[in-house]
Amino acid sequence: MKLRSILGTTALVLAANAANADGKLSIYHWFEYIPQELIEKFETEHNVEVTMDTYDSNEAMLASLKAGTLGSYDVAVPGDYMVQIMANEGLLDTIAEGELSNFGNIESQWLDVAFDPGRKHSIPYQWGSTSFSVNRDMYAGDINTTSILFDPPAELAGKINMLDSQGEVMALASLHLGIPQCSNDRDQLKALDALLQTGKEKWASFGSDIAKDVLVSGDAAAGMIYNGFSAKARAEGANIEYAYPDEGYVVWMDNVVLLKDAPNRANAILFMDFLLEPENIAAVTNYAQYAAGVTGVSEFLDEALATMPENNPRDGSGAGAFVAVCDQATQEVYDQIWTRLRS
Amino acid sequence: MAAGTGSGKTISATFSPVRHWLLMPSWLVIGFFLLIPVVLMLIYSFLTKEFRGGVIWDFSLAAYDQFIFDRGLFGDDPPRIEWAYISIFLRSIGQAMGATVLCLLIGFPTAYFIATRPAKTRAIWLFLVTIPYWVNLLIRTVSMKFLIRDNGPLNEAMLGLGLIDAPLQLINTNFAVQLGLFYSYLPFMVLPIYASVERYNFAFSEAAADLYAPKWTILRRIVLPIVKPGIIAGCILVFVPSLGAFLAPDLLGGAKTFMIGSLIEEQFKGNAGNWPFGAAASMILLSMVLIVLMFYARAQSRDQT
Amino acid sequence: MTRPFDIRHYRGFFAVTCACLVILYAPLIIVMIYSFNDSASITNWGGVSLRWYVDVFTGPDSEKFKLAAWNSLSIAVMAATVSTTIATAAAIGMIRGGQFKGKSASFALISLPIMVPEIVTAVATLIFFSTIGFKLGTLSILVAHIVFCIPFAYLPISARLQGIEASFEEAAQDLYASRWATFRYVLMPIMGPGILSGFLLAFIISLDDFIITNFIKGAGVETLPTAIFGSVKQGIKPNIMALSTLLLMFSICLVTLSYFIGKRGEANPPPQT
Repeated sequence: MKLRSILGTTALVLAANAANADGKLSIYHWFEYIPQELIEKFETEHNVEVTMDTYDSNEAMLASLKAGTLGSYDVAVPGDYMVQIMANEGLLDTIAEGELSNFGNIESQWLDVAFDPGRKHSIPYQWGSTSFSVNRDMYAGDINTTSILFDPPAELAGKINMLDSQGEVMALASLHLGIPQCSNDRDQLKALDALLQTGKEKWASFGSDIAKDVLVSGDAAAGMIYNGFSAKARAEGANIEYAYPDEGYVVWMDNVVLLKDAPNRANAILFMDFLLEPENIAAVTNYAQYAAGVTGVSEFLDEALATMPENNPRDGSGAGAFVAVCDQATQEVYDQIWTRLRS
Repeated sequence: MAAGTGSGKTISATFSPVRHWLLMPSWLVIGFFLLIPVVLMLIYSFLTKEFRGGVIWDFSLAAYDQFIFDRGLFGDDPPRIEWAYISIFLRSIGQAMGATVLCLLIGFPTAYFIATRPAKTRAIWLFLVTIPYWVNLLIRTVSMKFLIRDNGPLNEAMLGLGLIDAPLQLINTNFAVQLGLFYSYLPFMVLPIYASVERYNFAFSEAAADLYAPKWTILRRIVLPIVKPGIIAGCILVFVPSLGAFLAPDLLGGAKTFMIGSLIEEQFKGNAGNWPFGAAASMILLSMVLIVLMFYARAQSRDQT
Repeated sequence: MTRPFDIRHYRGFFAVTCACLVILYAPLIIVMIYSFNDSASITNWGGVSLRWYVDVFTGPDSEKFKLAAWNSLSIAVMAATVSTTIATAAAIGMIRGGQFKGKSASFALISLPIMVPEIVTAVATLIFFSTIGFKLGTLSILVAHIVFCIPFAYLPISARLQGIEASFEEAAQDLYASRWATFRYVLMPIMGPGILSGFLLAFIISLDDFIITNFIKGAGVETLPTAIFGSVKQGIKPNIMALSTLLLMFSICLVTLSYFIGKRGEANPPPQT
């Protein structure tokens, strides 16, 4: 036993030394999305010093990387469509075959995904849904419709927080109108623009990082939010209900990607392998309350997660849809609509 | 700034043989790290935007075109005047002017009152007004946000006193932004006015009073014109930073109503990713500020002659 | 009441002054009070306690805040030192350099960082660093802080220097003192209070900056304002109120210090000949 632990430690030290000389890892991550203890565990296991910066939307992360921070970070955690965009932009490094020893732990349904065929740049982190939650003290009516956001009842008007996330807001608005994402039909785009312009009148604020707090503090009576974040808000005392609307909702998967020009590439690989261990990624799931894309996590998960209303779409709700990646011409119209919305 | 101007002019040339060496570091540092960047920003505003952030080094007027003209969602409508950005600028100017007027209304009487205290208590009053200026602006804005929340202390207090029946919606409104700007820059108004009033010779007021001029007339016709430079300096110190403010609209306005600062930030840090447009908006803001400052400089040199 | 005595005073001005102080202090004092709130909710009062102060130093965010505080302090000390040195040299060059061509242009250049709105400086600096490929990090923050601190250090220093008569230096030069010796042993001691208030002003301005730092900070580098902003975006938490109160106290100490330096400066005005 003793010998084994000595050997184990030696192997670890050797691995850490062989892997990287200066023992650092720089993570660019969403806010409030990884438990501090897990980072500390990685630091002690691999003798690596971790620094982490946070962002609050896929688009903001992309903007920051393109504004000069590429080459400073090793890994980032973009959502599905953003992985595809970043790969197209050449911001991602390729993970060689066999480089990740825990690659086999990825659940088969998340292995060959459309946004990263063959998982060349990314591994699954968490997946979940985006719709909205309503404070049941403020509004008792039917909430299974996206009208709650885009054509709200009087009780909620002026008390709604929207996520500051272009991709998800536009996708949900498209679902509300029943039009396809990345539509290039002019009438549909005009209707989308009009919907957001009238909706804006009824919204109090835009913000992703504030989404939970405004519901807990009562500053907002309803808010667009991610399912796990809503569960955390409920756990913090907000009497809110997360909706799976008839029109459908947004499904997403966040992924750990290997960034181009990563200063500590070897440690980034170690970190990705670390997050593919069921016990470790389960700790993230227990903290963030979404779902992992790794096999064998169930024994490490809190029991409450399985039955949580936020994690279980009700019968008869609309289908979930990923945010689509549009071509440049169409995207520029969408950008224009978003700019008009926000200015 | 407490300028101890001492007695008379002290023009001296003791160090004139080495003055270039003495001035060189400031020229180099500011020239290299601010003047060149501003020129570069001007160049960027005439470049072509790269899809999803960054620039392509091709000359283009697209950024200014986008600012002024609305060519519809698809870019092929006949151009009309685009009001979205102009109204952001007008709104920002309005907010900044509102903040300046509010600051002046509160700041002038305060500065005058302090300047007319006896020397001993004057220092204490001044000290009290100065402290908030030294406190981190972010902390002051956050404190204001906390105070005016829907369930915050201000609403609770007013409910408790029976002044209102339901909590006032203050946060995430234009009024909150206005209040935040006013609160942020109030000390900037008090200090220069104080400096002017302190130097004011009250013999003028006394002479006017001897001629039976009513008190408020003395204030309006004699004191105000003489301390005008201090008032103008205070107005500029409030107006200019209010115009490009970022924290107040972001934290108090719910990031919903854009002001110039948030519009520019969005181009570099947010969803928009349009660098040339951000550079153009910055250039327009900078030109507006420089125009205000030029008027100020002209007014000042006129006053001195 | 006789007129000449009364003429300085206007009814209502005292009330406005009190209102002004209430406005300036109410939010700060309220946050200070709530920082002692025992409850984890920011709305309800749960009794007096110091738990959030303990949390600032030992809680889950404490490492982040300590690192940010260290970054903020070290950047502020370095930026203030460098900018005060540059500003002192510039002030002597401007005020003791006689009349020369480009004097007003020099003054305009030195005051440029005050005149350009902060957000514009931030954008220009970001574009500049990105174009020349300067890696964003602590160094980029330091450089930007040095630039915008220069005019803030310059103003009090030059104001003090303007009040000093030239006879002292001329006397020293008549006695064959070198220019350096003249500065070191004659000018600098008299300029002292001005240099110190310039340093303090630059220090607090650097410590205070959010907009520019937020634009150009690199990976893993946070200063206190950016760390607090990041935290506050997710809602005002009691530990932020405790941290704010600590910073408030720190600012009050600094301003008191500068007040007494100012007093000493008044007590020892530039000597007259």
